[in-house]
Amino acid sequence: MQLKSHARTLAIALSLAVVAGCSSTGGSQDGDMDGGLAGGDRGGVTTGTTDGRGVNGDRAGQMTDADGRIPATRTIYFEYDSDTIRSEFEPVLTAHARFLRANPSATVILQGHTDERGTREYNLALGERRAGSVERYLNVQGVSPSQIEVVSYGEERPAARGANEQAYAQNRRVVFAY
Amino acid sequence: MKILKTTWLAAMLMLFTSLAQADLTIEITRGSDRATPIAVVPLADGDDLPQDIAQIVADDLERSGYFEPLERSAMFARPASSEEVSYGEWSALDVRYLVVGRVSREGENVRIGYELLDVSGGSRMLGETVTAGRQGLRDAAHYISDQIFEEITDIRGAFSTRIAYVTSTGLGDRTQYALHVADADGRNSQQILASDEPIMSPAWSPDAGKLAYVSFETGRPAIYLQDIASGKRVRATSFEGLNSAPTWSPDGRRLAMSLSKDGQPDIYVMDIGSRNIERITTDSSIETEPAWSPDGRSLVFTSDRSGGPQIYRLELGSGKAERITFTGSYNARARFAPDGEAIFLIHRGSNGYQVARQDLESGRLVALTDSRQDESPSVAPNGTMVIFATQQGGNGVLGGVSADGRASFRLPAAQGDVREPAWSPFLN
Repeated sequence: MQLKSHARTLAIALSLAVVAGCSSTGGSQDGDMDGGLAGGDRGGVTTGTTDGRGVNGDRAGQMTDADGRIPATRTIYFEYDSDTIRSEFEPVLTAHARFLRANPSATVILQGHTDERGTREYNLALGERRAGSVERYLNVQGVSPSQIEVVSYGEERPAARGANEQAYAQNRRVVFAY
Repeated sequence: MKILKTTWLAAMLMLFTSLAQADLTIEITRGSDRATPIAVVPLADGDDLPQDIAQIVADDLERSGYFEPLERSAMFARPASSEEVSYGEWSALDVRYLVVGRVSREGENVRIGYELLDVSGGSRMLGETVTAGRQGLRDAAHYISDQIFEEITDIRGAFSTRIAYVTSTGLGDRTQYALHVADADGRNSQQILASDEPIMSPAWSPDAGKLAYVSFETGRPAIYLQDIASGKRVRATSFEGLNSAPTWSPDGRRLAMSLSKDGQPDIYVMDIGSRNIERITTDSSIETEPAWSPDGRSLVFTSDRSGGPQIYRLELGSGKAERITFTGSYNARARFAPDGEAIFLIHRGSNGYQVARQDLESGRLVALTDSRQDESPSVAPNGTMVIFATQQGGNGVLGGVSADGRASFRLPAAQGDVREPAWSPFLN
């Protein structure tokens, strides 16, 4: 049983690693170049992104030696202009807390998101506040602060498009990224 | 070797494709009712040039909201110089000013001789010859627009400036982000950074040579400073938490920013040379979106210490901050007018989030747009126009509005979303 569960975790980890690989290849040009590449008659440049590569893959890799499964629900949603954990999502947080306590080597990034209304930089701060409220909830449930990192994306990574409440509600969220 | 060569070609093709698609196209949405009628006559002998100089000049002048160019179809004559002009006939068309000119070749270069004429006085206000290479024709046209604009309005023209902006295409994990620099009319765009992680908050250095911006390329937000001509860049900050909203001091030596490394987001100022960082605010609320006053002595920023976002002004000498916006429950991301007498900001009004101007002495706030979802206002270096992000048909586009709100335009992209425009300083 123990073995079976471990094999399943490994399978998930591998599939996640593949997904992570796909999403990072479509991206920026010239992986490790930090300088300029001349192009066009106005002396234009294409600056590539650095670092970053394989970060998702590494994160997924941590699961292979984890004891137990990462809870399936990894997104919780928020009311407008609120960082309060809705009671319906408390079981989700409790499940993640249990997993993280049982797997002290596992780490999670809490990604905070907002809907598109209002200004971008202020929303970035609101997204951090939202993810911070999840972080405190997990800490209270005994999860070590060293296992948790908060990264806010504000309104930069919407899950749904559209200027309507349905899209806004899907975008006001915190995602558990292992 | 062969494989390498093919890859390089493919990469270049992709680059050129993205360059072409990233150009923005001006659409005038509202002309000012106070615009001055002007006629910009097509240049004599200019038909075979790759750029229509007179049209570029007319578009520049119209976009400013100060001028209403006469349609070409209404021009009964096409004089090439002041000697060929019958002032009475142009006066009958209610044209106040007239621009005429002629193109001649000088080897590889093009010489553009133009004159600005006062129709009512029947006099010549300006006459000049501009020489440009074939690649520099748009720049030459914007230069001519600047001269005409300043001669008539006594305000320095800002047509020869540039804008930076961020684009995104796709949704979710497939989203592609890019940072571009283009002419102020949206043309000649260049992609200067591409990433599959968000790019935010481009800000020009006062010499217009560098951009500061936030990139999530490492999986976390960090502030970068990039030289536009060479593409070389440095990572200025990568503290734990937020590294956001960088803006350059008017002397170019310091960056104001919002960091959350000590808890909640606060305003910090970095000395770029030494990388020393000074904490400016110490509140338990959100402090972000700093902007420098033109004299460099104070900052405005957004804070929700009163319960919702409002603008505060902080004197750097004393460290004292006072709230300066009181109209409505949401005022954010202020930018100073170049004369320091007003701020442009995002204000939540009856319709939604709009660009507004607040006079600092009277405290009076006036909405300049009636949109639902405006963001990121950025002021032209001559203070006459504000460029901002808004929505049109479900896509993010750039909009422009005159500082008095009377004239407006849109700058949509061929595909994807465009946002976070930053208007450059004067280039020289």
